[in-house]
Order: sequence, then structure tokens, then C-alpha cells
Amino acid sequence: MATRPGFPDAAAAKLAQEIARLLGRPIGVEMVRGYAIAFANPDLPRDDVGAKLLHAVLADPVLHTSRVLRADDAVPVGRDGWRRIDVVRRPGVMDPAAMSVLRALAAVGLKPVSARTYRAIRVQDAHDAAELQRIGERCLANPLIEEVRVDPREAVVPFQDLAPAPFQRVEVALRGVDDVALQKISKDGMLALDLAEMRAIQAHFRSEGRDPTDVELETLAQTWSEHCKHKTLTSRVTITGDGAPRQYDNLLKETIFAATVQLDRDWCLSVFRDNAGVIAFDDEFAVTFKVETHNHPSALEPYGGAGTGIGGVIRDTLGTGLGAKPILSTDVFCVGPLAMQPDELPPGTLPPRRILQGVVAGVRDYGNRMGIPTCNGAVFVHPDYRTNPLVFAGNVGLIPRDKIAKGARKGDKAFVLGGRTGRDGIHGATFSSLSLDSSSSSVASGAVQIGNAIEEKKLLDAVLDARDRGWFTSVTDCGAGGLSSAIGEMGEELGADIELANVPLKYQGLTAGEIWISEAQERMVVAVNPAHADELRALCSIHGVEATELGTFTGSGRLRLTFDGQPVADMAMTFLHHGIPKHSRTATVTKVAESDVALPAGLDPNRLLLELLASPDITSKEEIVRQYDHEVLAGSVVKPMVGPGGFGPSDACVTAPRLGSRRGIAVGCGMSPTTGATDPHAMALLSVDEAVRNVICVGGRFDRLALLDNFAWPSVDDEATLGSIARCAEGCRDAALAYGTPFISGKDSLHNQTRTQSGVIRIPPTLLVSAIALLDDVTCAVTMDAKRADDLLLLVGETRREFGGSRLHQLLKLDGGRVPRVELQKAKALHESVARAIATRKVRAAHDLSEGGLAVAVAEMCLAGGLGAALHLGSVPRPSGLDDDLTLLFSESAPRYLLEVAWDDVDAVTRSLAGVPHAVVGSLTQAPVVTISGLTPRPLLQVDLAALTRSFRTGLDF
Amino acid sequence: MARPRALIVRSAGTNCDAETAYAFDSCGAQSTILPSQPFLERPQILADYQILAIPGGFSYGDDILAGKVFGLELATHAGEEIVRLVKRGGVVIGICNGFQILVQMGLLPGLAKPFGEPEVTLTDNDVHKYQDRWVRMQVVSDACVFLRKGETLFAPAAHGEGKLVPRDEAMRLRLHQTGRVVLRYVGPNGEENPPFPHCPNGATDAIAGLTDATGRILGLMPHPERHFFPWHHPTWTRDGLAELTDGRKLFERGVQAVTAAG
Repeated sequence: MATRPGFPDAAAAKLAQEIARLLGRPIGVEMVRGYAIAFANPDLPRDDVGAKLLHAVLADPVLHTSRVLRADDAVPVGRDGWRRIDVVRRPGVMDPAAMSVLRALAAVGLKPVSARTYRAIRVQDAHDAAELQRIGERCLANPLIEEVRVDPREAVVPFQDLAPAPFQRVEVALRGVDDVALQKISKDGMLALDLAEMRAIQAHFRSEGRDPTDVELETLAQTWSEHCKHKTLTSRVTITGDGAPRQYDNLLKETIFAATVQLDRDWCLSVFRDNAGVIAFDDEFAVTFKVETHNHPSALEPYGGAGTGIGGVIRDTLGTGLGAKPILSTDVFCVGPLAMQPDELPPGTLPPRRILQGVVAGVRDYGNRMGIPTCNGAVFVHPDYRTNPLVFAGNVGLIPRDKIAKGARKGDKAFVLGGRTGRDGIHGATFSSLSLDSSSSSVASGAVQIGNAIEEKKLLDAVLDARDRGWFTSVTDCGAGGLSSAIGEMGEELGADIELANVPLKYQGLTAGEIWISEAQERMVVAVNPAHADELRALCSIHGVEATELGTFTGSGRLRLTFDGQPVADMAMTFLHHGIPKHSRTATVTKVAESDVALPAGLDPNRLLLELLASPDITSKEEIVRQYDHEVLAGSVVKPMVGPGGFGPSDACVTAPRLGSRRGIAVGCGMSPTTGATDPHAMALLSVDEAVRNVICVGGRFDRLALLDNFAWPSVDDEATLGSIARCAEGCRDAALAYGTPFISGKDSLHNQTRTQSGVIRIPPTLLVSAIALLDDVTCAVTMDAKRADDLLLLVGETRREFGGSRLHQLLKLDGGRVPRVELQKAKALHESVARAIATRKVRAAHDLSEGGLAVAVAEMCLAGGLGAALHLGSVPRPSGLDDDLTLLFSESAPRYLLEVAWDDVDAVTRSLAGVPHAVVGSLTQAPVVTISGLTPRPLLQVDLAALTRSFRTGLDF
Repeated sequence: MARPRALIVRSAGTNCDAETAYAFDSCGAQSTILPSQPFLERPQILADYQILAIPGGFSYGDDILAGKVFGLELATHAGEEIVRLVKRGGVVIGICNGFQILVQMGLLPGLAKPFGEPEVTLTDNDVHKYQDRWVRMQVVSDACVFLRKGETLFAPAAHGEGKLVPRDEAMRLRLHQTGRVVLRYVGPNGEENPPFPHCPNGATDAIAGLTDATGRILGLMPHPERHFFPWHHPTWTRDGLAELTDGRKLFERGVQAVTAAG
């Protein structure tokens, strides 16, 4: 299928640009879409009939020309001087469109056996095959999952199915071996179990008088993995190095979680227990919130990694309680500098620009197809993310309050719903990197998970439909560890008998162990009341979802797995879940000395402001946000971009999820990855504070505000790194307790580092804090765009000389400086006052001061609203003795807010702010220019609104 | 008089069904959301309805072409029933993916005959990416029961494949001559044939919506159901909350059209 001459082909035009960028010269490109379809001989359509029907079904009759070829026909290239590149998926990689092709052909009466889709391009005037290969690998395909065929001779044909794997029961001789052998067994099996854990397993099976099977060992490895058990954050930690040593028996439980317990808010309905945190919304409904990371998959295959990241966190929502309805997604990306070229990176690393392209497209295609608005996010750029990008994906759900409690009952049937199981994600990348070079279909390239959003959408519809009918007693998603984790968790108290041969497969050839731990996407496990099993099957069939009974929750307390009736595992659930030895570790807190750094003389504030506005962390993310559907479900109240031009950067989003109700939620986030290396405790406070400011700015209630933590750290294998994560956890606790804002859910991702020939590249310690706050009436919401000329600008909060980790320091390539310190008690009073002022409806615009400080905040408000402003730094609240204009302009002290208030309301708002540092610092002007006069009353900064807008809208170059 | 009944048909990948149903319900209709399988098995049930809505989303992933697979299924299994619904005074609306489906079915613009050779298509936006942004449309004809000539409709467009392309020049002219073109993107001050982003996709003659010969079928790319509450408006925090939104007006007219028809 190719586009008719004279008709538009936007995809080819865009690709031609990409290729021209790569080659440094323009080149002609045409795109071809290919469908390989196999028919059984008697069903093969006659040539003329077939060509007509296939054209009508698979082509756009208005736009496309098509040709039907038989498998042995020569591959057409087209005109003279043109050459061809085919891009075909490697065996085992998902091809979601193939099912639709079969469905469409069936609608016109054809009966194909199998189908496969592929892409090709025709290129004019390529130099040689090597150049074509380069084009293929850099602009078209990811070699991990796709094969590039230059000047192909043979037509693409559909896959042949593999033979079923012969059953083998494998026992691992563990009882009699020494420590060296134990470690070797763990390493060879990619079990990632340490010696203490291997010894515990050995002791257990000695007491059982037998050796474990491979499936049992694998199940233990999955259940005890860092990902599932959070061994580092839940270990026993002794902290030294900053005053009196202190010990936590369980770091996470006694810091972040303990704060939530201590706060004991009655609107926290389910915290740190289920797949997401749950807080009250109104009398009938609650909202759920969870944020996950998907870093390593996104480094390898950004598109698939980010897509399955969103897919996974949506299933967390769907697996919370008896199933929450996903209503809103968030995404935060951390990547290396976008200008970095492949030769500046270790071999095998995708350039940051390509990673960002991929993750944006992945979130867009998965999120948009799911019909869930992506409404909030951020992008951070730092060189130390260059080999290990971070991709955070969050999802908010809505659930009836009587559907929050869950629990499988004895006799319930275990069902798997949704997609089929393949080798996807088995042992992550390690496994499949062994197989990726092979073109043999006996090794499926399962390393990379490719999502199928439509499969997940069907699953979502079916699960919520069945939930409302009360047919199941528990539900959870198949995420890390696949069925082993899902069924292991659901049957923890009861035990379960599971027949693995019942699991529907994408292709034959999987062993029992592979079926059990596969991380194939788009699957949920439910515990079904046996009386409703048939109804559930029928309902799922209407939604086009496969529902398969795998076994029973027994009450035996044992996990018993069979394959075709033959036992492959029989273990006590208590050992599986509680047998892991407790880890004890020592952490050292290293104090980094901080001191002020002199700024170079002669800096031009105008230029600094313009450059800051265009810098990666601040510049407009419009290019990304507009690609996301942020309004589907019709709940949108405050959009990610606001103001008459639609490009003002909103602090947070507001959604009214129940159609017809004015009750809503605000969702925002805070992050300060440039401060963590200096002071992880300060970073935690800054991140919490920014998340809080963001949701308060749009009208969220401070007294109904909940937080989520996501720790992304390099490997925590030494005392200093453990010290940094421990201090960060203490910071989260301190902020939560001081503000009265409980954490309700969290997740950690460790080992974010890359070994290269020249050493290890470690990411900066990174904490993402997400905030969700209630609005009683969304028509009280406020946006950050400046509204009216002559209104006053009130600055709330104190400005200090705090440039540590600031954007100004980044811009000037300066290290050091003091990291902003949040004084929690004062900050709490400040947030309360601002929230109170906003609730009176007398604040016309509110914006938080974060990256780039006061100058950037006022510029953003002005450009968003199309107005100018005149400010005087003399009235800025600050400690006595601070007399430096650049500090007042660009320091990143927190918390601070900038509020727009009408003259008539300024007294009332000022009364709300009693006791909190605040001052009128200027006013808005009709004249489209931002003017700021310094401490000595002379013009310090004066920039046209048009120039500010242009700088801000530079955008990321990706 | 009994509330008119609206059938909202959804397939795998449809995702605007709940808000579309809500819009009809709050404008006086009574809606039912039905998955495609039971509908395609028994399309006769359409006899009990006065309104058919095909909401937005990504039916079957928009694999092959946006709206193609579901369009083929609807045309094959329910084509006659849909034509009958319109003949007896019912109305049909296809929004976004629903519009793409109506086009792929051959129901819009339906110049030659329903379900004939496709006369137009909706393809990749010129910017070649999905775009969610608010657009202003002018109603340029009184042909369609959902719309009044001279009014504007302000609503979010959210699609990757919304560029309308007619089969050829003759077809383009006929679309205008026969009054099939009912909605066109305009600039902020009503400028015709505006550039991106005001015309978000590069559609021929900035066409945003089409109707059929009867005026009882409407297909449009932007989402009126997403400008239904006053707080949907992107600048309500500056300009205040409107009494009656553009989107609500459109749904009210659709319901009135079947109420009047009886």
C-alpha cells in the first residue's frame, strides 16, 4: 500500500525530515505499508477478486494504490534510482494490528489463517547499502525488536507457530551444596537472590527433605525480588554520621508510613496496602492514585517501555480494591541533554533525543488509545540521566466506596483475564539480549514488552462491568513477576491450586516456569465466586476478552502448581511470603559543606531571564502536552496549559471526574533532582513543598491533600548511598508530619546506573513527589495566567540567597551554593494562608515560584495572560542584609507564591496572609513589557512580552 | 411525551461513550451504551431508538485506517437498519472516530449512494501527530438538524487523523454545492481557511464536519461533548462561566430534531 501521487503523506514528509537531519542532505522518501496474509489453500481468493477485496479493506481507496503479491513474487521497488528498506518485527514481538486485519477481512467474507503487518520505505538516491542500513536503524527501527532488511529480495511472510515445549520437571540440587555453589545457582538462573536468601531457601528445603523444583526457586526469586519486596527500603537500617546514631527496624515503615499512621486521617481509606493509595472523594466515591517507574525498559525501547509503563500503572488502578476506573494519567521524564550525539554516549545507548521522542510517542499512543487523559507531568534534563532515563507514569482512579475492600475466599476460582501469555519480559533485558541477534523463531525476543492498548481497554471495560455485578472477590494486575506475583499475593492467606497448561499462550513453546513468571502485558487475575464463573465468561466474551479458569483458592495454605496434571511446585505460602531473611544494614550520612558562590560580574538580567525561559527544565512543554489527549472523559477544568493563548504552564491540573458534580481533584508534582546529591533531606522537603504549592495554586484544599513518593536511586550497595536514601525518607516523613499531608502510596526504583568502559554512570538521587488534593467546588479553581491590567502582584514567602541546584547555577555552569531550606512550621502556616486566600475567590491568579525564581514566575504569568508587569524588588520579603538584586530575581527559595489580586480585594487577601511574610511587589500593566526595578531604584530588567513569549515557547528540540 | 432513546454503540477502543451518553441524557434523551457484538448480532433493536451515536475513541486501535474495521462491520451488519432509522426521522451523530467510521462506511457524505465507493477520507494531520487543542468552527449551512447556519462552535479537537481529503476536485466542488459541508474551521476572528493551529489538521477547505442528503446525519472531528459544562472552556477562569455552552446547544438540537419528528 502506498500513497497515490499528488495526495498528501504527512508521515513520509516527517520521516524525510528526520532522514535529512541524519544524513545532512535532503532525500526522497515514500512510505509503504505491508500486510502479509496467509490463506489455507481452499480459502485462497481468486486473483482478481482477492485484489479488489484486499484493496477495499486494507487500503484507503481515496489515497492509496496497492499491489497484491504472492509470496514468491519479486519484491517491488518502484521507479529507477529508488531502493527499499523493509522493517519487520522480530519473532515473538507483539503485532496488535494483525488481529484487526483478520477481523476486517472476516467482515467481507475472507477467511485468512494468519496475518502480519510490516512497514517499508522507498528511498531515492541513497549512496549505498550501509547508508540504507543506517537510515533503517536510526530513523525507522529499533533493532531490539525489529529487523531492518535493505533491498529485500524475499517477501515478508506470516509466522509459523512453534511446536509445544515438551514437559520437563527439573529439580535443583540445593540441599548438599556449599555457599559458592549456592551463589552460582542464583547467578546462573538470574535469580538475583543473595547468599543469605539462598541459605534460607536451602534450610527450608532441607527441612522439607527434598530439593526445590526450578519453578519453586523461580517463584521465590520473583516474590523476594527488590521490585516486589522493596528489600532496601524495608531493611533494618542503622544511620550514623549526623549526630546520634539511630536505628529503624524497617526504614520505610518507620518513616513515611509511620507518618501516615500518626496523622491518622479518616479520609485515608486504604494506604500502602493495595495497588494504589485510596482517599475519600465524596459520600459515594473514593479516588485512588499510584505512580510507577519504567526506567530500564524505556532505555532499551523508549516507545514500548513508556507505553507499557502507562499500561502497567493503569492496571494498578484497575487492580485497586475491586477495580477503580482510571480517570487521569501523569508522566514525568528525566533524560540527558537533547543535543548529545551518539558518539558522546557509551555504545548501545540511544541518544536522549531519540529516547524523549520514543517515550512521548509511547505515552501518547497508549494513553490516548486507553481514553484516559494525560493531564500533568514534567521533563527534567541532566547529563547523568543520559544512559539511564527515568520514566514515571501515574494514574488516578475513581472507585465506589463499597468496592474498596477485597479478599479472595476459599473455593473461589482463579481466572486470568485479557491478553495471552508469551515470553514478554521474562528476566527483563538480560534474558532477551542473549537471543536478540538470532533470527530463529525458536527464541522469541521477549526482552522488550510491547503494549496493546486496545487489549487493555477491552480488559478495563470487562473488569469494571463484572465488578459492578459483584462476581469476583478480589482482583490484581499481572505486573512484575506475572502470574507468580498476582496469584501468590491473592492466595497468600488461602493457598491455591493452579494448572499452568490452562494459560492461553500467544505462541507455543513456553515452559511451565516461563508461563508462571512471564510479564506479558494486559492481564488481570480475579478471584471469582464459582456461582458466577459462567456469567463472567459470557460477559468477557461480549467485550472480546479471554477469560480462563486456572484453578482454585483452596484454603490449604500451599501454592500447588501443575502442568498438564504433573506437579511442578508445592510450597507453603507462609515461607513464600515470610521466609525472606531480614536484611540489616548500616547507613552513613555524609554532610556536604555548602557556601555561597559569587556570581560572575556584569551579568545582564534581561539575557539571563530569556535564557532561563528557554532552558530545558523551564521551557514550554506544549509540544508534548498537545500530543496527549488531556480532555477525554470530559472532566477537564484546569488544563495543563492555560491562558488566552493556551500556552501558559499550569501549576497543576483540575478535574471534575463525576459528570454533573462540581467536586474535583487537583493533581501536581514536585521534584528537585539537582539538590539531592548535596542534601537528600532538603531535597525531600523541597519536592514535597513544590508538589503542595502546585495543587494549592489551582485551588486544592491543603487539609485534604495526599502525597505519593517515588524514589529513583542508583544502586544502594554502599553505606553512603543508603544514607542518602534514608535521609530522603526521613525528609518525606518530616514534611508529611509538619504539613499534615499523609503519603498514601509509594514505589522505589533502585539500580539506576550504567556500567561503561570508562566507569559507572549513576543518576542523581531523584525523588518524585506527587500530590492530589480535593476541591469542593471546581468553579473556585484558579489559573496562573495574569488576568487584568492594574491588578496587584503579591509575593508570599521569604527570599534567601539559595542558589544550590538552581537553574541560574546550571545556566552559568556553577557548582555549589546553598540548597534551599524549607522551614516546615513556617511553611505550613504559609500554605494554609494562601489556600485560605484562594478559597475566598479573591485571588485572580496564583503561581508558585520554583525553577528560575521570581523573575521566571512573573514572566510566565505575564506571557500566559498577555499582559505586562512592573515590579520593585525593594519590597520583596527577605532577611535583613540581603541586598543583592540577582538573588531576589533568580534564587529558588521555597515556599513562595505570586498572587494576582484586584485593588479592592487586597485588604481582604492581606488579612488572610496575616503572620506570613508577604508584600505587594508590583502590578500588571496593559503595556506588553515586564519591567523590574532593583534595590537601588533604577531599572534592572526590562523585556518585551513578545521576547519573553518567544523564549519560553522555544520548546525542547526533540 | 416520552423521552427519545439514544443508542451509543461502542467497539473495542471506543472511549468517549460515557460523556456522549451523559450529554444526550442531560438534553432530554435516554441513552443506552451497547458494545458492538450484541448490536451487530441484532441490529434490529435500532427500531426502538431515535438517535444513534458513534462516539470517539480508537475503534479496534484504528489499525489499518482510522475507523475502517468498525466501519466495515457496521456497514455489513447494520447498514440497512441505520438507513431505516434516518428515513423514519431519526438522527445519527459520529464524533471524531465516529465521524471517521461514518466516512469509512460510505454513509458520509453519501453523494452517490450510501455504502458506495468512498468519496472522501480522513487522514493524517499535516503536522503528523495527534493534537489536542480548542478550535473555532463556523456553521456554513442550515442543512443539518444539529446546527444553525451562522453560529460558531468552539470545542476541542483531539485527533491524529482528521484531515479531510476528497477523492478529486469534482468531489470537492460537489461537497460544497450539495450543502454537505456544514462545519469549517475558522480563525479567532472568523477568518476563512485559517492556517495551523486554527485548522488543526490541514483539511481541504478547512472542513470540520459533513452531513448527508437528509441533514439528519452529522459527522464532525471536534468534540462537542467536551464543551458541555461551562468549566470545560479553556479560559473560563478569565471570562467567567457561560450560561449555555456550544456543545450543549448541539446536543439539544439533536434531541429536538427527533422530538419534533415525532
